[in-house]
Parts: sequence; C-alpha cells; structure tokens
Amino acid sequence: MSTRIYIPSDTTAKSLGADRLAMQMAVVAAERGVDIEIVRNGTRGLYWLEPLIEVDTAEGRIGFGPVKSKDLDTLFDAEFWQGKQEHPLALGLVEEIPYLKRQQRLTFSRAGVIDPLSLDDYRAHSGYQGLAKALEMSAQGIIDEVKASGLRGRGGAAFPTGIKWQTVLDAPAEQKYIVCNADEGDSGTFADRLVMECDPFMLIEGMTISGLGVGATQGYIYLRSEYPLAFETLNNAIATAYDNNLLGENILGSGRRFDLEVRMGAGAYICGEETSLLESLEGKRGLVRAKPPLPAIVGLFGKPTVVNNVLSLAAVPFILDQGAQAYAYCGMGRSRGTLPFQLAGNVKQGGLVELAFGPSLRELMFDFGGGTRNGRPLRAVQVGGPLGAYLPESQWDTALDYEAFAGEGAVLGHGGVVMFDDSVDMSEQARFSMEFCVAESCGKCTPCRIGSTRGVEVIDRIRAGENREANLELLSDLCETMVDGSLCAMGGMTPFPVQSAMKHFGEDFAQPAKTEMEVA
Amino acid sequence: MSTTGTTPWHPEIASAIIDELKTKPGALLPILHALQDRFGHIHSDAVALIARALQTTRAEVHGVISFYHHFRTEQPGRHVVEICRAEACQAQGARALEAHAKSALGIDYAQTSDDRTVTLEPVYCLGNCACGPSVRVGDDIHAFVTPESFDELIDDLKTEQLELK
Ligand SMILES: Cc1cc2nc3c(=O)[nH]c(=O)nc-3n(C[C@H](O)[C@H](O)[C@H](O)COP(=O)(O)O)c2cc1C
Ligand code: SF4
Ligand code: FES
Repeated sequence: MSTRIYIPSDTTAKSLGADRLAMQMAVVAAERGVDIEIVRNGTRGLYWLEPLIEVDTAEGRIGFGPVKSKDLDTLFDAEFWQGKQEHPLALGLVEEIPYLKRQQRLTFSRAGVIDPLSLDDYRAHSGYQGLAKALEMSAQGIIDEVKASGLRGRGGAAFPTGIKWQTVLDAPAEQKYIVCNADEGDSGTFADRLVMECDPFMLIEGMTISGLGVGATQGYIYLRSEYPLAFETLNNAIATAYDNNLLGENILGSGRRFDLEVRMGAGAYICGEETSLLESLEGKRGLVRAKPPLPAIVGLFGKPTVVNNVLSLAAVPFILDQGAQAYAYCGMGRSRGTLPFQLAGNVKQGGLVELAFGPSLRELMFDFGGGTRNGRPLRAVQVGGPLGAYLPESQWDTALDYEAFAGEGAVLGHGGVVMFDDSVDMSEQARFSMEFCVAESCGKCTPCRIGSTRGVEVIDRIRAGENREANLELLSDLCETMVDGSLCAMGGMTPFPVQSAMKHFGEDFAQPAKTEMEVA
Repeated sequence: MSTTGTTPWHPEIASAIIDELKTKPGALLPILHALQDRFGHIHSDAVALIARALQTTRAEVHGVISFYHHFRTEQPGRHVVEICRAEACQAQGARALEAHAKSALGIDYAQTSDDRTVTLEPVYCLGNCACGPSVRVGDDIHAFVTPESFDELIDDLKTEQLELK
C-alpha cells in the first residue's frame, strides 16, 4: 500500500515553494521506486514551518519542515516516508507540536488536516452535522442557539451575531440575503483566507444555516480580488455542494432552498465596510451608506440582509453541531468562544493561533510567536489592522478580550497582530496611516477625505522639524476632527494608530526623521 | 506563471461577454472583471456598450471604473507586479524593497517598463503577512522578497519573454 504524504496548498505554502516541492517529490519518489500518494492539504497555519509536509503513519501524522527542494534527497535517504525521524527536519507528531497543541481549534480543527475540496473528508471530520441539526430545527431555534453561544462578529465591530440574525428574521420580506464579508483588507490578517482555502465547505455550511435561520434563499460571498486562490477554491467547493444537494432548491431533500455565489471585489479597502460592500455588490461605487437603516432591515437591493464576516459564519457549524454551550464554554467575560489570532510582521513563528479569549498579548507574541524574526527587540505592535492602535510594551499584558482592549484605547478587530522591531520609526508609521486613508477613503465626508491629506502634510512637517510644537498640536486637533466628524470607522479610526504613536512613542516625533542616507 | 489578458480589443467579443453577464443582479463588477481578464484593461469603447446593456449612463460606468483600484483603462505590461505596501510587510522591509524595485525598473507605481514586461503596482496586503515582504505577479505570490530575489524574479519574467519570442 502506498504511503500518504500531505503537502500544503494554501497561498502562503505556495509562496514558499510548496507546488514545486510536490512536483519534485513525485519525481524523486518515482525514480527511487517509492510508492507514495501525495495529497494536497490546506495548511495548519504554522507558517514558519512551511512547507510542512506530513507522513501518514499508524501512530499519527509525522511532520517535516520547513522542507526545501534541496532536502528531498536526504529525506528519501532517511526514509522519511516510513515515518522514520532521523532527518534533522523531523518534527515528530504534528498534533504534538506545542504551537498547535496549545491552541483551542474550534473553527480551524480541520485546516491542514483535510483535502479542502474533498466533501468526504469534510464529512468524515464532523462536516455538515451542524446543517443536519439545523434542518430539524425552527428558524427561531437556530437563532436562539447562536445567541446562546455568545458569538460576536469577527469582522471588527464584535456585534452579537444572534441579535443581528433576529433582526433579519423579524423583518418581513419576500427576499432576504446572506452576505459574507470576505474582503479581509486588514494588514496582518489571513484567517478568512485560510477558511476559504483550507476548509471552504465550513463557510458554505455556515451560510446555509444562516439562510435557514433568517429565511434567506440567496447568499453572496464578497471576496477581495487579492485572493485569487480562495476564489478558485470557493467556486470549486460550491460546485461540489450543488452536485450533492447541499446547495440549490432542495437541500438534502428538505425542500429548503439556498443558492450561493462568489463575487469579486476590486481592490478597495473601504468595501470591507458593510454598507460600502453592499453598494459594490449592487454594481456601484463603494460609497458608505448612512445608518440607519441597518442592513439587517434595508440591505442588499433594499432587502433585509445578514452581513457577517467569514469567521463569524464559519463558527456556526460548530455551534449547531456541538451546541452553544460548547462554544460559550471558552473565553472570558463577554468575549465568548475563540478568536483566530494571526501573528504577522516581524515575528519568528508567524501563523494562525486560535485561542479562547483571555491570554495576554505578550503570551501570544512570545510564547507562540517567539519574539521577532530577526532577534532584535520588539518595540511596537499594531493589533486589529490599519485602523488599530500601536501598543507599546507597557500594554502587552492586556488580556486578549474585546473589553480589555477597548479599555486601553485599542481594538482586537479581526485578530491581526503585526510586530515591529526597534528599527521602526513611529512617525513614519503614523504618516502611513494617514496616507492609507487618503488612498482608501470613499470620499463622502470631508474630515476623512481632506483631513487625511492634511494629516500627511502635517506629519511631513513634523518629521522635517518645522514648527514642531505647533504642528503636533495641529495633528492632535485634526485627529479629533476626524474621530468626531466621520461617517464610518475609516475616517473615525484612522486617528487611533496616529494618536497611539504620538502618545506612546513621542520620541519619534521629537527629532528630525532620519534621511535615507542615514538609514542606509 | 499567469500573464495579463492580451486579447486585442474586439467589440463583438466584448458584447458577447456583456450579454452573458448583464442579467445578473449587480452585474457591473462581474462585467468589468470579465472584460479586464480578457483584454487586460477596460477599453474606452467598452463603457458605452456596458452603459447601454445595463441601461445606465456612461458617467456612472466611468465612476465605477475609477473608484476601484483594480480596474485599469490602459493596457499594462505583460506582467503586473504588485508590491505589498501594508504594515506587516513594512515591518519586514517592504519600504526598502519598494525603493529598490522602482529604481531597478526605472519606473514608479502605475507605470510600465520600456520593454513592456512589467507594470508596477502597489497593493495593500496579500494575506501573506507572516512571510513578508510579499509580491504578487499575476496569480502567483512570492514570500520573503529581498531586493536580490526581486531582481531574479524580474529576470525570470524577462527571459521567459525572450524564450517565447
Ligand atoms: C473601513 C472598514 C473596513 C472593514 N473591513 C472589513 C473586512 O474586510 N471584513 C469584515 O468582515 N468586516 C470589515 N469591516 C466591518 C464591517 O463593516 C461589518 O462590521 C462586518 O462585516 C459585520 O460582520 P460581523 O458582525 O460578522 O463582524 C470593516 C469596517 C470598516 C469601517
Ligand atoms: S469616513 Fe471616510 S470612508 Fe467613511 S464614509 Fe466618510 S469619507 Fe467614506
Ligand atoms: S501586509 Fe503584506 S501581505 Fe499582508
């Protein structure tokens, strides 16, 4: 019997050479007359070990990584395919790697384990059991379960998902929609991408359950155009789901209908904001709509619409299958369940870390992340994407919990953690925040559109040492104007990273910025 | 390695693409994507065709095209090379990479090299943030890109073109 070897296939593993490795491994195995079957799994999200190949053995899956093409000969010499672990890249049982073992993988339990497009694999690992239960329940029963789980939106605003669904259920309409927000624009985040590339049926199942819950028969996944592989994987999975009566007019013979389509965004960060996203789906410019009315009442094409992040919808199959209490059991305070954190930037052990809310940011960055990649001292951390505050060391003991972060003037957002070493120039980072807002503002309100342009200019003057005190004051005022006078969080939160940089890293605004000559 | 759409502008092909998609709810973005994937850019003549098919104004179509960074109205080079400018890549040296890329290619963002091999574009995150700096060429994403590996990447794109000739 041939030995099964898993080689990851997500975007990051590919960016590290996984495709070429898979091809070459097949060739070397054939040359050596070794009988192997290569399966392309997603990824476990242990990125510093990618490409992380796994050998299926009677004891479990044995890992080797990071594997490069040049390692293939020695790996075969060491008979890695037999599960022998003499090779220096051997990692032992993958499930026992502390980085993975110490996580609470509820949403990501299948990622990297299964072939993403195998419906059989998905079903063999509890897939579609949540839907089976949902089909036996009333709409209100489904929503009550989601409410009891304590799930809050994972897209950034942390609004209780069950309450949003209730609003849509209670809004009478012939047509309602489920819209999945897969715009994942925040730098430092890739958890949505991992769901879509590694376990796409989970998202399809979650959206189908949501449709049953609120009475919607059409779903759209609004996917950013920067994710071509996710687009392909989702479309393949959706086709398979249709072929197996898991989507369409008669789901599993229940007589219930749910249709699903992927729509591609076009490189606009603001289209992650839910009303801008709806405008974009309608084929318009992504101008933010004033709220109220809420999308739950007047949403896509004017109809009641659930807009949820990928991770919110992806948590639903587990909740229905294992029960609300199993999910709510994890976490702290009002932050129930798990958040898939993403360690990024200058980090030694970057990747996906799904944890119950509660541990400190420091534990995440050091116990999991292992500090900076280049070994220099860690200086600043941006949590929650480009609109999130920069945290100095004095705040690293903050618990990973929505309310604890809010208490520090920071956000958890979508769980992205971007680490910077001591070479970072925080006035340059502040400048970038404003510059990003200039590039991505939808243009509807003046404080956001013009304020950000002024912000760049003022920071440039501060960095050049012109009238520093007066310009710092001007920048503070400008930030307040943006916070107070913006329609959405783009203009309203861009000041967060700027203000936190000024407050905690004031020394970087106190001397002229290094010229390029000095840096080099 | 994927390249940009290269079918020369052809109104009949464009009309067929538009007709196939125009009945979708919110059809404009799918149409623009399909046209750009096919022709490499949105040709100016496409605007009137789309406006007529969707019963909207040309101004509206123009407005949408210009709102989104992804859509282009001029034919790019054979390869669009996108450098991630976002924070996680900055933390790993993306600023130096950007500066190097611009000087090595002798072009700024949104410009095309003289030999038309490469159009350089900024991008804000490719979701490859644990292994930056990241660069996208067509549908391929590259990790840990250094100035040296960037040069190799460009050399590959150039020689690939020579081999094709
Ligand atoms: C500028 C801006 C960008 C946003 N980008 C995203 C995004 O990429 N993905 C996302 O799920 N939510 C994003 N949001 C939040 C959405 O507006 C919305 O709160 C979310 O999709 C609701 O889903 P949830 O309740 O499941 O989190 C963004 C908000 C703003 C203001
Ligand atoms: S704050 Fe900015 S992005 Fe948000 S609506 Fe106003 S102009 Fe548009
Ligand atoms: S910040 Fe560059 S890939 Fe995400």
